[in-house]
Amino acid sequence: MALNSNIPDGPIQQKWDKHRAELKLVNPANKRKYNVIVVGTGLAGASAAATLAELGYNVSAFTYHDSARRAHSIAAQGGINAAKNYQNDGDSVWRLFYDTIKGGDFRARESNVYRLAQVSTSIIDQCVAQGVPFAREYGGYLSNRSFGGAQVSRTFYARGQTGQQLLIGAYQALQRQVGLGKVKLHNKQEMMDLIVVDGRARGIVTRDMVTGKVQSHMADAVVLATGGYGNVFYLSTNAMACNVTATYRAHKRGAFFANPCYTQIHPTCIPQSGDYQSKLTLMSESLRNDGRIWVPKQKGDTRSPDQIPETERDYYLERKYPSFGNLSPRDIASRAAKEVCDEGRGVGPGGLGVYLDFSDAIRRLGEKTIADRYGNLFEMYERITGENPYKVPMRIYPAVHYTMGGLWVDYNLMSNVPGLFVLGEANFSDHGANRLGASALMQGLADGYFVIPYTIGGYFANGGLQAVGNDSQEARTAVQESEQKIAALLALNGKRSPTSFHRELGKIMWDKCGMARNEQGLKEALKRIPELREEFWQNVKIPGSGAELNQSLELGLRVADFLEFAELMCFDALQRNESCGGHFREEYQTEDGEAKRNDDEYCYAAAWEYNGVGATPTLHKEDLSFDNVKLATRSYK
Amino acid sequence: MNLRLHIWRQSGPDAQGMLKTYDVQNVSEHMSFLEMLDVLNEDLLTKGEIPVAFDHDCREGICGTCGMVINGRPHGPLVRTTACQLHMRTFKDGDEIYIEPWRARAFPVMRDLIVDRGSFDRIIQKGGFVSVNTGNAQDGNAIPISKKDADRAMDAAACIGCGACVAACPNSSAMLFTAAKVGHLGSLPQGQTERSTRAMNMVLQMDAEGFGACTNHYECEAACPKGISAEFIAQMNKDFVASAFGGRD
Ligand SMILES: Cc1cc2nc3c(=O)[nH]c(=O)nc-3n(C[C@H](O)[C@H](O)[C@H](O)COP(=O)(O)OP(=O)(O)OC[C@H]3O[C@@H](n4cnc5c(N)ncnc54)[C@H](O)[C@@H]3O)c2cc1C
Ligand code: SF4
Ligand code: FES
Repeated sequence: MALNSNIPDGPIQQKWDKHRAELKLVNPANKRKYNVIVVGTGLAGASAAATLAELGYNVSAFTYHDSARRAHSIAAQGGINAAKNYQNDGDSVWRLFYDTIKGGDFRARESNVYRLAQVSTSIIDQCVAQGVPFAREYGGYLSNRSFGGAQVSRTFYARGQTGQQLLIGAYQALQRQVGLGKVKLHNKQEMMDLIVVDGRARGIVTRDMVTGKVQSHMADAVVLATGGYGNVFYLSTNAMACNVTATYRAHKRGAFFANPCYTQIHPTCIPQSGDYQSKLTLMSESLRNDGRIWVPKQKGDTRSPDQIPETERDYYLERKYPSFGNLSPRDIASRAAKEVCDEGRGVGPGGLGVYLDFSDAIRRLGEKTIADRYGNLFEMYERITGENPYKVPMRIYPAVHYTMGGLWVDYNLMSNVPGLFVLGEANFSDHGANRLGASALMQGLADGYFVIPYTIGGYFANGGLQAVGNDSQEARTAVQESEQKIAALLALNGKRSPTSFHRELGKIMWDKCGMARNEQGLKEALKRIPELREEFWQNVKIPGSGAELNQSLELGLRVADFLEFAELMCFDALQRNESCGGHFREEYQTEDGEAKRNDDEYCYAAAWEYNGVGATPTLHKEDLSFDNVKLATRSYK
Repeated sequence: MNLRLHIWRQSGPDAQGMLKTYDVQNVSEHMSFLEMLDVLNEDLLTKGEIPVAFDHDCREGICGTCGMVINGRPHGPLVRTTACQLHMRTFKDGDEIYIEPWRARAFPVMRDLIVDRGSFDRIIQKGGFVSVNTGNAQDGNAIPISKKDADRAMDAAACIGCGACVAACPNSSAMLFTAAKVGHLGSLPQGQTERSTRAMNMVLQMDAEGFGACTNHYECEAACPKGISAEFIAQMNKDFVASAFGGRD
């Protein structure tokens, strides 16, 4: 099957305007005749559901949380980018576009990224109008900070709680529509499957997490905004419940999964402290504005940091990348940290850590200013580690944070299954092989507020949708299959907990498909994962029944999907014989250890088609063309 | 350290609940409180018992999902700290710990430590927003907002919707939660247009949900993990009185 990305023609600056002008419209009176299912109420889902309802569509929104406000977007700390150029420092739509393409290591689709940069400015306006309390300067104007991979200051923030405030804005807009009766919100409902009828996405199967009831919901289009799959690694900065089920189930129903191996390892997380560790905590990248990263020059130097004189410290990012320094992009900063730790210069227990030191900034700006900027992050650090970062440098280590891969979508954010739209972290569209800080929030809201409201209308206006009900064969079969899967899991009554399998899978993935990968390791993983999956299906233990609130069952179902999905990631990583962004293949590096891309052979998005559990998936390539930005070796030196 | 836990077990909304006692061994001081419960649950599960159901997600103190009363205090002994951010270094070997769900009429227990907080969403639906459709906005800098006002709005907006304020209140009032939203929007120019009706509509919904009245105990403020100030309650009362004259819609 040929992938058609449906990129409008014409100059990149005009594509989106032109496309909007050409999209067929649904007239206002007809909009209420269309039912739209939105799965997920994070930034992408909540903004989409609210906006579609404002336009007049009938929206049903689903989340596995007890409230729409709890989506993982809430945890984003640092900020959101927008090309406002309020700082008069030379920012522009073009520059944001360029930085994102370059940051993504030339593996994203130009047209989508340009549109993202274009609508970024409207996002800020919309959020301000909703009452999002962005940080302000004394004069009353919006304040900005800098983030990695950019030399301009374009990041808007609300203390260290930007994601929370943006999500609350979208959540409030959503609740307003619920109050007006335009959105039916289904909390505590987990999507188990996608229902495809006549080749189009027409509904979903859900499990009620309180009563256990499995049922179908039908609609004219399905929008997935279900977030990323970083928890395949077990330990990540993602919230505990984040999982791949929704997108993976859609993949099993025909949707192509693109670039699953592109995962982002964030350089500034609190190091792991023990085996019981359930998740890792991010320290926002914004800290790198004022914190300096270093390790001792000497191997195995166990002196306390204040005993190590300036001359015996290696500020390795400043040394290696003088123009970006501590603000080098994430993939580069993470790998650099791994490198110094591998050399035996890491600090803290097990030598898996580097210092993030604020003493210079505190001397320069005073403790109060630092507290103003990062107070809550410092508090959080102290609560977790018991150490006071105003006094001793933080210890940080890279951790899995974000997944650039996701379901393949065209310019309209529609997957190859007509009627299935995918937004936010769940799609693959804008970040290529590496995402720049503060760009995920921007993308989620761009997709939800400003893209899908237009493109979904174009899909409906093209017509051809027959009525399909819950009694259709496809819906009944899908419900039965989900019920059978639940029954099968509960019947196993083995010896091991779902968590123990999850942890083991995570370790395989981190070791073999993590910050650095190689052919041999990936092949080993491809051998180990099916074995582990087999054991899972013989030996997992899930107490209780399906007809009640059963958290072990919820976890078991998610882990079962991770155990299939992990293989897909390894296939993808193995296929890509180059290093780019978050995908670092050890065989492909320059002499000084930088990622070595291979544009002649790999300048494409890899979209995978499902062929059955354990079967090798089929690769479809979307060739990426760079007509506006010249393909170049990424350099932050 | 070794600990003895007394945990509320209740198999469903209509079931009878009771405290059950569990011993946990070799707890590391670096564990979080929820990780300690994870360890207990793994143990229960492998023994074929049903693990303790508790709500949690971000484990970073921001999503507001976790919530349990620990030794009589919502979110436990540390001030301005959610249960998920509480670490075991706060406890010592041999401690007995009582763990119970939020108790309030408007928060029915679903299972063990999990309660239904849907009532909070319904309060927001009555006015906890600015009525602005997507696409209506003017430039973000066209509305200058003094740093003071923006900071005040942010102080209130920091509420995570956890419900500890309700659990702490002898009357199970949701005043602090509701006032935080009214205070957030009321501190900003964008929130003024609907200010007169917002407080009224939200407070009426609060009553309809079965939350109690506020009789100024300030337990809410003490229990709030985000340090939301009870001053916002005073501000909401003013808005409420103003809207009683202006009428509701
Ligand atoms: C700690 C942390 C800090 C971050 N900081 C920043 C930052 O400063 N700036 C930035 O730009 N980005 C940041 N990010 C990334 C960013 O937060 C996320 O990429 C983004 O919020 C994802 O939004 P989303 O709407 O796509 O998905 P999410 O917010 O993850 O929402 C997913 C939704 O889908 C629902 N869902 C999923 N599966 C199902 C299912 N099967 N059934 C029913 N519902 C389902 C969930 O309930 C939820 O409502 C950060 C990420 C982390 C982990
Ligand atoms: S006011 Fe405080 S205690 Fe109450 S819900 Fe908000 S954060 Fe929780
Ligand atoms: S789990 Fe999110 S606040 Fe505790």
